Amino acid sequence: MYIPFRKDAAFCSFSNYSKTFVAIIIAMLLSLPVLVHAQDSTAAAGAAPAGGAGGGDAAKGEALFKNNCAQCHAVTEERVVGPGLKGASARHDFAWLSKWVRNSQAVIASGDPYAVKIYNEYAKAQMTSFPNLSDDDIKGIFAYVDKAGTAAPAAAAPATGGGASGGTASAQGGGPSDLFVLVLAALVIVMLLVLGVLLVIVSLLSKAVGTETDTVNKGDFIARLGNTLKGIAGDPAIRSATIWIFVLLVLKATIDGAYNVGVQQGYAPKQPIAFSHKLHAGEYKIDCNYCHTGVNRGKSAHIPSANICMNCHGVIKKESPEIQKIYTSIENNQPIEWVRVHNLPDLAYFNHAQHVNVGGLECQNCHGEIEKMEVIQQRSSLTMGWCIDCHRKTEVNTKDNKYYDKLVQLHSGESKQALKVADIGGLECSKCHY
Amino acid sequence: MENTNKRYWRGLEELRNDESFIKNASSEFGDAPAQTQYESLLDGSGTHRRDFLKVLGFGMAAVSLAACETPVKKAIPYVNKPEGEFPTIANWYASTYLDGGDYASILVKTREGRPIKIEGNALSKISTGTSARVQASLLGLYDNEKLKGPKKGGDLKVSWDTIDKEIQQQLGQIAASGGAIRIVSPTIVSPSTKAVIADFTAKYPTTRHIMYDANSSYGIVKGNELSFGKAVFPSYDFSKAKVIVGIDADFLGSWVMADGFASKYAETRRISSAKDGKKDMSRHYQFETTLSLTGSNADYRSGVKPSQIGSVVTSLYNKVASKLGGKSISGTALQISNLDKAATDLIAAKGQALVVCGINDPSVQTVVNALNAMLGSYGATINLDTPLNLRQGNDVQMNEFIDEVKGGKVAAVIIYGANPVYDHPRGAELASSLPKVKLGISFNDRADETASLVQYICPAPHYLESWNDAEPMAGMYSLGQPTISLIFSTRQAQASLLKWAGLPDDYHEYIKSYWRKNIFTQGGTGNFENFWVQSLHDGVYQAQQPVASSGTSFTGNIDEAAAAIARNAKATTGIELALYENVAIGTGACANNPWLQELPDPVTKATWDNYACVSQKTATDLGLVQGDVVKVDVKGKSVEVPVIIQPGQPTGTVAISIGYGREKSGKSGDGVGKNVYPLAVISGGFVSLYPGEATISKTGNFREIAQTQTHDTVMGRKSVLQETVLGQFQKDPLAGRFIPKVETAEGPVNATDLTLWNGHKYKNHSWGMIIDLNSCVGCGSCVVSCISENNIPVVGRQEVINSREMHWMRIDRYYSTDAEIGDYKAMEVASDNPEVTFQPMLCQHCNNAPCETVCPVLATTHSSEGLNQMTYNRCVGTRYCANNCPYKVRRFNWFKYFDNDNFDYNFNNDLGKMAINPDVTVRSRGVIEKCSMCVQRIQEGKLTARKERRRVADGEIVTACAQSCPTNAITFGDMNDPESNISKMLEVEREGRAFHMLEEINTRPQVSYLTKVRNKDVASNKQPA
Repeated sequence: MYIPFRKDAAFCSFSNYSKTFVAIIIAMLLSLPVLVHAQDSTAAAGAAPAGGAGGGDAAKGEALFKNNCAQCHAVTEERVVGPGLKGASARHDFAWLSKWVRNSQAVIASGDPYAVKIYNEYAKAQMTSFPNLSDDDIKGIFAYVDKAGTAAPAAAAPATGGGASGGTASAQGGGPSDLFVLVLAALVIVMLLVLGVLLVIVSLLSKAVGTETDTVNKGDFIARLGNTLKGIAGDPAIRSATIWIFVLLVLKATIDGAYNVGVQQGYAPKQPIAFSHKLHAGEYKIDCNYCHTGVNRGKSAHIPSANICMNCHGVIKKESPEIQKIYTSIENNQPIEWVRVHNLPDLAYFNHAQHVNVGGLECQNCHGEIEKMEVIQQRSSLTMGWCIDCHRKTEVNTKDNKYYDKLVQLHSGESKQALKVADIGGLECSKCHY
Repeated sequence: MENTNKRYWRGLEELRNDESFIKNASSEFGDAPAQTQYESLLDGSGTHRRDFLKVLGFGMAAVSLAACETPVKKAIPYVNKPEGEFPTIANWYASTYLDGGDYASILVKTREGRPIKIEGNALSKISTGTSARVQASLLGLYDNEKLKGPKKGGDLKVSWDTIDKEIQQQLGQIAASGGAIRIVSPTIVSPSTKAVIADFTAKYPTTRHIMYDANSSYGIVKGNELSFGKAVFPSYDFSKAKVIVGIDADFLGSWVMADGFASKYAETRRISSAKDGKKDMSRHYQFETTLSLTGSNADYRSGVKPSQIGSVVTSLYNKVASKLGGKSISGTALQISNLDKAATDLIAAKGQALVVCGINDPSVQTVVNALNAMLGSYGATINLDTPLNLRQGNDVQMNEFIDEVKGGKVAAVIIYGANPVYDHPRGAELASSLPKVKLGISFNDRADETASLVQYICPAPHYLESWNDAEPMAGMYSLGQPTISLIFSTRQAQASLLKWAGLPDDYHEYIKSYWRKNIFTQGGTGNFENFWVQSLHDGVYQAQQPVASSGTSFTGNIDEAAAAIARNAKATTGIELALYENVAIGTGACANNPWLQELPDPVTKATWDNYACVSQKTATDLGLVQGDVVKVDVKGKSVEVPVIIQPGQPTGTVAISIGYGREKSGKSGDGVGKNVYPLAVISGGFVSLYPGEATISKTGNFREIAQTQTHDTVMGRKSVLQETVLGQFQKDPLAGRFIPKVETAEGPVNATDLTLWNGHKYKNHSWGMIIDLNSCVGCGSCVVSCISENNIPVVGRQEVINSREMHWMRIDRYYSTDAEIGDYKAMEVASDNPEVTFQPMLCQHCNNAPCETVCPVLATTHSSEGLNQMTYNRCVGTRYCANNCPYKVRRFNWFKYFDNDNFDYNFNNDLGKMAINPDVTVRSRGVIEKCSMCVQRIQEGKLTARKERRRVADGEIVTACAQSCPTNAITFGDMNDPESNISKMLEVEREGRAFHMLEEINTRPQVSYLTKVRNKDVASNKQPA
């Protein structure tokens, strides 16, 4: 058996595959700007509510509250684990409050009727003592509670829309990108139409010309077209151009492919327990901080330990088979092995506290709309380009942070632009690699 | 089948009885393919072998590409998160380092429940920094070669219960029959452990506790008993001394509490260029055999033969006595340089003088005591009322014990942290008789030389897994708490003893109640629980202010002592052997610690070996060159070690370090060097490291010594080392400074005024460092601290020989030379008794960095905070930067040092890898690395400040080297912060002692050095060439 042009045949078949591949790549390229813009919009949307904290005590109190109290208390009247703190400073004098915060058990033991009442009301759950908080700290916390508690209902009103308002925000933010796609699509359609019209004209014209030579049939036109095409195919310049374009496309596809090795955007593995962020963070609006206790403190946001789940699930939905898995884990002293979704390579250093506590970013900035995710998914690419991009565009949250005072002063003397992360060394290697 | 009613067919072919079926029916495998078919395979028309390979190759590639997906990683949280434990956030615990008589109060950094770094405890009054050995002790915790549980004979599966039952029964029998029980240990500093031993003795009254120290100081204790009636090791306060005379005492390097002494010593050496700054410093004389770290730092050093040490003391005594009107004693009048001068200075500094002598001989110590008493040192620089408890070993008792064991008079031996078979001169005798003891128990963590000879090994955990307490100095208490739960099935020795004594074996409770009864009562206030928690938090508790001793009257018999010295000091003509303890390995207990094995000896710069130090003249006389293996014979015992030419070693002497030649310590320590303990002698009951005359003979073998620095002198380069003497400095703070000039068309200008670079602007921070060459004693603590903090791999002996050690920080040691400047060949040769200078060398973080401009891939760049950054994941390993670095501080990863059996150290097993700092990348093969100025600490410190909405406070961020330095020679800080210590120092020293290394090439480093100032007479100053 003899097969001629064997290699070419292979080449052809490969080109078939690569065509689809290239097509996909082009499609991806087209959709890429959409993604980029979408991220930007969330960045912008997320940065907005970060400010707004008052000066003085309340600002300090806010940080303390978020780090120490927010796990169990809301600033409103809402019950979380402990009572909502709205109006607490009006109900009690400061001495009582500070005693309670530093050592609630002592107050209960002293037989204070309100203390005993509230202790019993909350199923005798002990409040953690904070002996290290100074009077100023506690004053600050309640100053913040008073301030935020009154502000919260007002803020809550527009927020009742929940997803809807978020949606509009992103739609607004994503406006230009949608428009861009629409315009692009319209352009493509128009071009196709024009092409069709041109073809019709060409065929009509050739028909008109063909009448003179009297033999008019389709075969003739097709044969001529075929001849022309053969001529084009035979043209070495066109041939080499085609080959070059093809090679370049393949190269680009390969490079793009290589860049995406290890990028797990969209990664949404099945978790050992079907935990829903949509339910917990979205519907019940549990503060992220409540479970991810490290987010304001350190490098890791912390995957909550099973005992944190038990704070609520000790009473709620005990019979659910998914919750039963937590019980089993605790009974066997066997930790729950969650599948890690966001994986940074070891060579990159990332710190949650820097971004959330200091930078004042919202979780959604990088993690996407977690509160709408049934199964957690990696929304951002987590590539270095993505980090750098954000550092270039993001303004430093310098508000009420004495660390930055000197830098802001220097910067405002030199430039009219806002102080970006990149301006304070946010693009330097040793910020993340050491 | 024909016999049944039914007929079955194997197929339709059979039913139809096709022709082909009939043809194939008889041949099961069918015909072989025709020849032509084979050929079609060969000529390429069929499936070709290469095609097969192509398909296979493509398939493989496709599969591996498809498999490029990142493997699934798990995120495993706690089931029950312990309170106060936050993953990725370090917790610090105060604890106590105890290794025999070595003590340090420490802070332990733990991450996710595992200790990863040790730092000094600033609250401690007596131990401020940490020595190299304390730093490295962390790795001992993760030593994979420790026993994983109790061992009985060869049985590793035996349970604690079985062992306890058997031991208890046997102890009971022995005690009942009056058999002797002996507990052998090094010095025990822990008061509660002593109480445990007392409880054990109460249960088994035939017990005696014997303490001995491998490098013994019993002579000092005995000397004090003879002189003052107090059998103690006194505490020395070097900070109060104006004139210090060290006689054979390496008090900055290896003697007793070297890091504590060094920190006090350095206080007297610190000077300032400020107008009203401190401009005087102590003067230090040293008389010694081996050029020790202490001798290297002395202003005047004289090399003496071991046999002359006694005479040095008596001569010095007589010289001082003649001026101060003391009684003179008999003794050889020695002609040794600097002795008269030392005597004159001592007299002048009466009341602020200090003579320390390390020799283990009570007669010599008695004369030293008389000398100190005459000089009024007691109550000033020496305190007998707050003794140091770090050396309580009793050579005489130990000697008796060995006799007893040999005589079969001991029924039970309990070895508690000691290894006498290895580190006692009579170890061999013990080795042969120890197995005959009826009951032998060891608490050592591995089956070492001694433990392997006893029946039961009940391994005790590492000190970082244990409860402990200590009373290093009378009235100064220290608590040790576990910083990790037990790694193996081990049990504290104290708990074992309590258990066998039939008492509750919870040592934690025991310590607590001991403190309640004995220490809380010494002035503790409030309730005990609070006191206990506070003491645990602080790590230290000071019972009462140590009473300054009022002058102690000397009552010793000085004539008898002098006579004894004269008897022992026989003039020798041959070569005398001196054994010494080196800084890194010490007595050899931690020999299996690769960090210490690879830490270069401060003076010889040798690693992974011990060797015979001889002077150039001795070597020439014997026809030896460095590396020649010689046989050192002394009194019928011999070792074969390579020779190292050591300037400063007196001619006619040879010195070998103890602590090497372990046989059962583990992979890293075994077979490194030779054990010279057997060469030591016992004279008059005291272990002497000076066995007398030795014969040296060439073996003809050659063994290269792995040195990290092979060039000894600085070759007259004034821009590298700048030094002066005190007299000149007092006149002009710029004395000794070298300010290079460059010739231009406009005449000579300062080298720093000409530049091709644009420079950098540091708006926020400008991290910098000052290294005071006057405070640095060269101990190497910073080197190990850096290794520990920055995950620096151990490369092993051969790679050190190949100059591929990975240390980011090194301490360059330079000798002075006698040669004329210009005679370059001669300038390479160090003086016979050279001046020594130590210069810590690390990345200088140049502003005009030569390395940055040559990197083709921008892997090394400059930060906006003054750091020269190194990005491993960008580095492609061209090594241009290392080539272009004028300071030679960039290290290249020639190999992958982790998970590599060729580098079978701590990075090659899971346990050893627990010592890795999780905030620092472990570098892989093919990339350059270098000092990052602990950028991980800078980042962490800045983040803490930002979280608290404030600026970084000075002193909040400290590099590992600066933090561990016992003498505070390294100052790190933000040079942009005018209030920082470093800014204030530079403000003063910029027109004084501060200089940059190699200023003429104008690299503008962030690291400055302060000139070395020696307290020598101006006239005698010879600029080291």
